[in-house]
Amino acid sequence: MSILVNKETRVICQGFTGKQGTFHSEQAIAYGTLMVGGVTPGKGGQQHLGLPVFDTVKQAVEQTGAQATVIYVPAPFCKDAILEAIDAGLQLVVCITEGIPTLDMLQAKYVADERGVRLIGPNCPGIITPGACKIGIMPGYIHRPGSVGIISRSGTLTYEAVKQTTDLGFGQSTCIGIGGDPIPGTTFVDCLQLFEQDSGTEAILMVGEIGGSAEEEAASFIHEAVSKPVVAYIAGVTAPKGKRMGHAGAIIAGGKGTAAEKFAALEAAGVATTHSPAEMGLVLKELLSS
Amino acid sequence: MNLHEYQAKALFANHGIKVPAHGVIRQATEIDEALRTLGGERWVVKAQAHAGGRGKAGGVKITHGRDETRDAIEAMLGSRLVTFQTDAQGKPVNEVLIEEPCNIDRELYLGMVIDRASRRVVVMASQEGGVEIEKVASATPERILQAVIHPLVGLQPYQCRDLAFGLGLQGDQIKQFSRILSALAKLFLENDLSLVEINPLVVSAQGELLCLDAKVNVDDNALYRHAELGDLRDLRQEEPREVEAKSWDLSYIALEGNIGCMVNGAGLAMATMDLIKLVGGSPANFLDVGGTATKERVAEAFKIILADAHVRGVLVNIFGGIVRCDVIAAGIIGAVQEVDITVPVVVRLEGTNAEQGRAMLQHSGLQITAAADLTEAAEKIISLVAES
Repeated sequence: MSILVNKETRVICQGFTGKQGTFHSEQAIAYGTLMVGGVTPGKGGQQHLGLPVFDTVKQAVEQTGAQATVIYVPAPFCKDAILEAIDAGLQLVVCITEGIPTLDMLQAKYVADERGVRLIGPNCPGIITPGACKIGIMPGYIHRPGSVGIISRSGTLTYEAVKQTTDLGFGQSTCIGIGGDPIPGTTFVDCLQLFEQDSGTEAILMVGEIGGSAEEEAASFIHEAVSKPVVAYIAGVTAPKGKRMGHAGAIIAGGKGTAAEKFAALEAAGVATTHSPAEMGLVLKELLSS
Repeated sequence: MNLHEYQAKALFANHGIKVPAHGVIRQATEIDEALRTLGGERWVVKAQAHAGGRGKAGGVKITHGRDETRDAIEAMLGSRLVTFQTDAQGKPVNEVLIEEPCNIDRELYLGMVIDRASRRVVVMASQEGGVEIEKVASATPERILQAVIHPLVGLQPYQCRDLAFGLGLQGDQIKQFSRILSALAKLFLENDLSLVEINPLVVSAQGELLCLDAKVNVDDNALYRHAELGDLRDLRQEEPREVEAKSWDLSYIALEGNIGCMVNGAGLAMATMDLIKLVGGSPANFLDVGGTATKERVAEAFKIILADAHVRGVLVNIFGGIVRCDVIAAGIIGAVQEVDITVPVVVRLEGTNAEQGRAMLQHSGLQITAAADLTEAAEKIISLVAES
């Protein structure tokens, strides 16, 4: 079992014929994702990677029955791409692109919420249900089908968490990179809710970082509504205040959003935390065997 | 990106938001003319530097007469201002703002930020102006009034009136406040700002509302569509190595330790710093070398890390992902040869062909130690630094 995506999920790619779109679509197809086509305005009617190219998302949806889209278009065009996908009736929109203006995301997120569309990202690796569906830029081979649900604000740090759970034999039900931006389409709370309801997920591993209050909100949600075991790691204990640590959302502003506050909130909610990024898997193992 | 106060005030004035009459001085020879143009006998002299707490640090002075004013400006120009927000080196003062003073009746606070939790632009206003707003927010949160801007319809007049009444403004001041706030909202949204603060927004003895200070942050991600704001970036206010890193599209932040870090991915880079600290070391920097750790980028990253004289060793932590580790290892070897590194380097490689990559590093004949495991890598670099 899994959340949001599985073997039957029909996926298109926006920015399909571009460099990123081409490379990652090839990888997704090789992984077994049910890619059904792509969109590049002006290239409609062509074939790319053996799949049809459409001028508009609407045409792609009508002709392929696509349910999900992955967006690789450059940041200045992402708001438009997200809104086009929502308007075409897609239920899952995964935006990988980094560097989208925050006010663009604020509006895109508003429309997605209004239409009940699940938006993942931006500035994220994407979502994967191991062995079934890979939407995004994560290396497929580190994943194994299994029982741990992973949620993370980071890219390579997510891979670290994935590899540790794979090496220890747990595998993953679904992994979601929610992204490093200040306004993410999907939050920890959204994912926790989905994993709690998923019968294939036995435990949840969350990887947070400094900035904002998403981990604190997750902590109170876990306290109230999550019965499954949760392990959390927060990056940025040594990050200085007032400096943006690579991700647009990773900043301690006005003294708020420190790793210490987040660890404290999660621990108070009964979450098993670790201060070592090398021991996320081990702590999970201890928790599950106790 | 931060603007200077004088830049923010120019932006305000262009949007019809009232600021005191002022002049900007970049060299001493401009002082006399600026004083003549402004007129009067008393002035407010303000050092322009990207730092809060300028007043307490001597960066804001009220001066009487031309001689005292000239002395104050000359002392500020070319100095470095150290405040509680800066490091011990402080920030350079290359411009001084000189303003007409104002007879203050009341000091208010008006700010606008992107609130991450509610995913909205939120207006904040308070009668507690002129002090640190974070302190007001934590001690007496009820003293901060808020209005949420709707993402599609924008700020409405009733919201402005609501805040004006809440601030105890009266008569014409309510109209003045509404005009300022509407203009500020327009400015915020049109220019992709991430924060605006007017602290204080004063009511003068004549009952006029005036922005005595102006703080503006612009969303870096949106600078591509605001070239005129991008031109206002003052690189002299930023850490030179951070600026250099940015020109290579590397994300670098200097810290105070002695173990340099080079990592792919921002989250993993923070995690690597944390792990070094956790096992008893002290990280010298944050550095995200990006998704494609090519020889050129790795070489530049080494140069930036090693420009810090405190660095005694470097930990490279790469999670290969889609790029093969043997390719990354070749890049690291090439970079180490090119940069001629004399401090110990520990490399932890993970991903496809990781073993092959590690063997290449180990047999390179260079001062590189390969580590298979993250904790082991951190411990190795700490002990190598301790030995050296």
